[in-house]
Amino acid sequence: MDITTQDAPPPAPPTDGERKRAARGATRPGDRVFLGLARGSGIFLLVVMAAIAAFLTWRAVIAISDDDGNFLTTFEWNTGTNPPVFGIAVLAYGTIISSIIAMAIAVPIAVAIALFITHYAPRKLGGVIAYVIDLLAAVPSIVYGLWGALILVPHMNGLFSWLNDYFSWTGIFSWDEGPARSMLTVGILLAIMILPIITNVSREVFNQVPQMHEEAALALGATRWEVIRMAVLPFGRSGVISASMLGLGRALGETMAVATVLSPDFLIHLSLLNGGGGTFAQNIAAKFPEADEFGRDALIASGLVLFVITLLVNGAARMIIARRKEYSGANA
Amino acid sequence: MKLQRKNRRVLALGALAVSGALALTACGSDDTGNSSGSGDSSASAAAGNIKCDDAKGQLLADGSSAQKNAIDAWVKQFSAACQGVQINYKGGGSGAGVTAFNQGTVAFAGSDSALKPEEVAESKKTACTDGGQGIDLPMVGGAIALAYNVDGVDNLVLDAPTIAKIFSGKIKTWDDAAIKKLNPDAKLPSTKIQAFHRSDESGTTDNFTKYLTAATPDNWKFEGGKAWTAPGGQAASGSSGVAQAVKQTSGAISYMEESYAKDLTSVAIATGASEPVKPSSETATAAIADAKVVGTGKDLSLEINYTTKADGAYPITLVTYEIVCDKGNKAETLPSVKAFLTYIASEEGQGILAENSYAPIPADIISKVRTTVAALS
Repeated sequence: MDITTQDAPPPAPPTDGERKRAARGATRPGDRVFLGLARGSGIFLLVVMAAIAAFLTWRAVIAISDDDGNFLTTFEWNTGTNPPVFGIAVLAYGTIISSIIAMAIAVPIAVAIALFITHYAPRKLGGVIAYVIDLLAAVPSIVYGLWGALILVPHMNGLFSWLNDYFSWTGIFSWDEGPARSMLTVGILLAIMILPIITNVSREVFNQVPQMHEEAALALGATRWEVIRMAVLPFGRSGVISASMLGLGRALGETMAVATVLSPDFLIHLSLLNGGGGTFAQNIAAKFPEADEFGRDALIASGLVLFVITLLVNGAARMIIARRKEYSGANA
Repeated sequence: MKLQRKNRRVLALGALAVSGALALTACGSDDTGNSSGSGDSSASAAAGNIKCDDAKGQLLADGSSAQKNAIDAWVKQFSAACQGVQINYKGGGSGAGVTAFNQGTVAFAGSDSALKPEEVAESKKTACTDGGQGIDLPMVGGAIALAYNVDGVDNLVLDAPTIAKIFSGKIKTWDDAAIKKLNPDAKLPSTKIQAFHRSDESGTTDNFTKYLTAATPDNWKFEGGKAWTAPGGQAASGSSGVAQAVKQTSGAISYMEESYAKDLTSVAIATGASEPVKPSSETATAAIADAKVVGTGKDLSLEINYTTKADGAYPITLVTYEIVCDKGNKAETLPSVKAFLTYIASEEGQGILAENSYAPIPADIISKVRTTVAALS
């Protein structure tokens, strides 16, 4: 109907509605089909997310209403006992701590690799390094887990005893010489796992830096490092933050590698070198196969908390990026 | 010349790949290698005894990973005899098995622990028609070995109180007086004890803690169940995970199904019998013979006597069950289920267990199982 009225000659003075429509561009059938598809996809995503949230909440409510402990503060996970007692305090702490360690190690290294590839390395070498980094992303996480348990854990002893010798006074780095199946080992493993995604996105962003910016800096007599500091890093900052958030998402949700390498328990330890602690995903992987229906509901409840934490982290990242809009690639 | 050399290299690579694949498959089937080796000869013998009846189609099952290797060995023999049946057992864990059974998606389930009353009640509503209910049939036994890694100590003997103190962190070093007393001749080092437990929930943990609770209630006051509840110690995921950790860590000790402890050293348990008992198929069967049937009606769930003092009976044993409906099984899968269960409860079926480091169910219990299986409807 709309089309026939629009196509009808002679052209009447445009009404309000028609003017709006014209502002959106011509509406040929293809446009409208595409608009429908795009809008449908957007709505579909919202529906899927709402369905996941509703399912998690529904099952979580069933479990939490029967929980004898406090779901947020209990240091225990016994869903098979009567009455069941479980809480997510240790899991939340472990998930966040291991991810922080991973980020602290991975982000500087990833940014350095990306800068090296884009601004220092000969083009051929840079290509090879980028390719190898890409390959790292394709290794399945269980392989990282096995590598971690068989090779990384036995080889951590040297580092651990060095940390213990010089930094045990901090409490964070005291070690009682058990196997190195600890949060720090997990953090290092996670750092290796999230390296490729942060490196790749950062590299793309650094490649996008307008040539003019760099040339302008050079013209002012800047050295290569000063160019990077004055032109490349400010321009790429929001991109690097986005990349880090992608990596953080992977670290927060990593399951099998953590389950294979960590020696979990339900206590919060100050030391990062002794075994203990746990993460949401690791706990779900460990408890799910043998859990009865109630146990599964409890695990789903813990999954809901991870869902919320991830939402908060992503929200925070968006806020940071929004504040630095003036540097983002879209406005350059 | 150049081309030829290239060809030769390709040929060499191909040969390497083929021989590598052969070597790998040889390793992969090592677990059941014994049974397949002797199986080829016994398969033809057994095939005559396996009754297929009307069995055909696809049989889905899920459950305990502890009995997965046993089921695999059985399925190999059974499907050689009954070509029309395809059995698909997923070792997804006991909990997953019972859930799938009660949802009616599998014909039978494997479980390390007997059905709970509420699970039986649910099975009446969902899985079984005709007023039937889910029942437990003990089919596979096994010893839970305590494997350790202490330099220079080969024949370690421990008793229940000492084991409880080791796993609750009260005994901290290998040269502790309590361990010395049990091993007067051993040269025990002052290494720290690293007691590993399972980080995932497991029927093995359940049975091990049940043993400690029953055998030494004064020293083990922690809650039992599939999750480890005692504080301290180290943890690793899965039987293979703890076995690997023991191998890797000096001073380590852990509990695991016997088949995982094959290339490690295992503790002999001082039970009060004339001699300390080592884990094996025979000693586990001897302990299960001491168990009593506690299931009511057709249910044959067992209560193991963890405090057995019988000579040659290894007290830390587990029994895993097959779960089916006593009546009201699905008509299309009933013939296959019956034929398969009849086979695994038969002498040939039970005979395969020992070859795979499992323990056969003792004669008087398995004869009850056979009667029950024959009456399934």
